[in-house]
Amino acid sequence: MWLTSKIKQLFVVAKPGTVTLPYPFEPRPVPENYRGQPYWDHHKCIGCGGCANHCPARTILVRDLCNELRVMMYDGSRCTYCGRCADLCPEKAITMTPQYELATDDKRDINETMELFMLTCQRCGRCFDHEIKNAIDKLAYLGYRYDNLEMRAVIPVSSQTFDKELYEKTKTYKRPEKIGE
Amino acid sequence: MLGKLAKKAFPKSLWVYHCNSGACNGCDIEILNVLTPYYDVERFGIKLVASPRHADVMLISGAVTRPTFPLVKKAYDAMPAPKLVFGIGSCATGGGCWFDTYNVTGGADKAIPVNYFIPGCPPRPEAIIYGVALALGLVDKKAAPIELKQIEFPIDIYQRTKAWEERNVIYQLLYD
Repeated sequence: MWLTSKIKQLFVVAKPGTVTLPYPFEPRPVPENYRGQPYWDHHKCIGCGGCANHCPARTILVRDLCNELRVMMYDGSRCTYCGRCADLCPEKAITMTPQYELATDDKRDINETMELFMLTCQRCGRCFDHEIKNAIDKLAYLGYRYDNLEMRAVIPVSSQTFDKELYEKTKTYKRPEKIGE
Repeated sequence: MLGKLAKKAFPKSLWVYHCNSGACNGCDIEILNVLTPYYDVERFGIKLVASPRHADVMLISGAVTRPTFPLVKKAYDAMPAPKLVFGIGSCATGGGCWFDTYNVTGGADKAIPVNYFIPGCPPRPEAIIYGVALALGLVDKKAAPIELKQIEFPIDIYQRTKAWEERNVIYQLLYD
């Protein structure tokens, strides 16, 4: 009998009541130890760049504008929220906030930029050697970073972006039938 | 403005096509989570359809890999004209850990125009609902770019050289 089964179904459904969350109209708290958007405390940060070196997605970029100024930029668009930066930070300047409502129509909304004043050496009066003009020697010089903030690229990683023209070429690529032709 | 446009273009309900472009299935499971009675999105008239030809919205998850790149473009072209694209997860937003790998385009916005980004790895089901509600104009945008500066910065480095030049104008006069 389909009617009795339907009535039975009604009772089964009525037993737990409404389970649907009224989410977008009422806030919903996150569980404990939830890792949301990371937040940098610029008063605590010493600019060691440890987070930039250990970020798996390379979201944190460092650029030294001059001897005294260091810009650190967090590109949240590719962050995987692993919390490694917060674990590493020696000064505990990074906290993983429970903020998860990050949906935007513009990728730049989830960026964080921080400008740090770096102390200079008491003996020589500068932080880093600027006299090395050779780029390869500069990379070998520990501590000096010059990442590409505009293209969101970490410079020491030698890799290329996806090339559409190259893809078009490889799509119609034909192997030569004989060697030498 | 886009929210108003979405309200005008889709007055009744959004039909959603779920497109996996090489994701690890984390985001896909969260999308399926959204469709369950617990986070019931059929309240907003959202329904999952199998074909992009029936869909108004494409939920794209995963960094678009090289094999799926032409397929994603085809699926986008197959959708009828007023269409929205949601990039779900860190991979679709900016490429995730694989943003500069050789066989990844580095984010869904490099393959097709993406209207809304929902970051997270994977995003919570609430975050996905929040993104959809943002597109429908039910909630306000909360994310904003943050710029921090250390206040006790003693010298303005940008103006220091300029100030030095102005202070030492007398030497310039002597040279002339």
